[in-house]
Amino acid sequence: MENLQEQKSKSQQLEELLEGIWKQNPIFVMALGMCPTLAVTVSAINSLAMGLATTFVLISSCLLISIFRNIIPKEVRIAVYILIIATFVTTVDYAIQAISLTLYDALGAFIQLIVVNCIILGRAEAHASKNTPYIAVLNAVGMSIGFTFALFCIGAVREILGAGSLFGISLFGENFQPWVVMLLPPGGFIVLGCWLLFFSYLAKRRMQKLQELEKAKSKSKFKK
Amino acid sequence: MNDSLFQIFIGAVLANNFVLAMFLGLCPFLGVSKKLDTAFPMGCATTFVMFVASLCAFAVNKILVSSGLEFLRLISYIVIIASAVQLVEMVTKKYSPTLFRALGIYLPLITTNCAVLGVALFQTSRQYDFLQSVVFSLGGGLGFMLAIVLMASVRERLRLSKIPDLAEGTALALMLAGILSLIFMGFAGMGN
Repeated sequence: MENLQEQKSKSQQLEELLEGIWKQNPIFVMALGMCPTLAVTVSAINSLAMGLATTFVLISSCLLISIFRNIIPKEVRIAVYILIIATFVTTVDYAIQAISLTLYDALGAFIQLIVVNCIILGRAEAHASKNTPYIAVLNAVGMSIGFTFALFCIGAVREILGAGSLFGISLFGENFQPWVVMLLPPGGFIVLGCWLLFFSYLAKRRMQKLQELEKAKSKSKFKK
Repeated sequence: MNDSLFQIFIGAVLANNFVLAMFLGLCPFLGVSKKLDTAFPMGCATTFVMFVASLCAFAVNKILVSSGLEFLRLISYIVIIASAVQLVEMVTKKYSPTLFRALGIYLPLITTNCAVLGVALFQTSRQYDFLQSVVFSLGGGLGFMLAIVLMASVRERLRLSKIPDLAEGTALALMLAGILSLIFMGFAGMGN
């Protein structure tokens, strides 16, 4: 019995983790945090760096907020969250500046703009403020993997089409005519639009399958 | 930086439009652009908040730099913007209740609009002086307003046309934004 319960809680934990990666993917499903998504995804490496920076901020601020969730007064909670997030973002900003100046120049002001990324504040308000630190961190890890994955999807497509390379390695040889518009702002909007179309197609197909399954079930009940 | 004021203004409104070329403030741009009636007041309110926030950010940055506390810049900007929004809310409530009602929930949401924080951060990193900051923030706000009004007008039209079910919602909005942004690419090279 105890074992069963433990297993159940394990599967729940897994669910918390997986929720952000696929079912509630912050970008493809919930359409949150669009600004950094589009601005930095001109290459796969930039998107990964942005994803990692956001991951750090998201996980550490969710941890801190969920530890202090009972102390923070309800009335000023949003202000407190923002201050916590801003502190971590400043840390990341200085860390990236110290590690790689070229990366810092490429990402520009968008590292500091992580503060107003709706994903982080959204997770803090909707999840971390209501759950124990362990669960909150698990959920934050899932969300950030989902976010980084989405950024990488967009960045890879834009780099392959716009520059004919991936991670700076040329893919198509010299005769490839790069599709420059993909690296420019319109490309970002259109690539993300296409990904959203793809995901809404997947969601629709799943719904149809579920409906068919239910129909089949009700029919078999009738026969009995 | 010795760009002329006019260059900065045109750059912020058209060539480097905050929404369509720099991807700032996309959340309200996609969320509040369903109807023209809400898009226009939203644009006005954002412009005003940007203006106030840019003035305050300029002053605070001067103080922070003179006392060597640059690492507090981000946190203080966020606090400034939140209080500027609060201030705008109180002022409009007192002097123009009709406008206040029209803006409704959108006013407090401006706090998390990254275009506002973007203006403050960019004017700092580009080292604009006082007048340049003012012009830059006004241009950025007007650019935001232009983009959101254009988008809302297009979406109002689209409601009358046949759209495949799959593309309904955000996907379609993003495609539209892509096309608008393609149009704005034509301004590239104007201003700075």
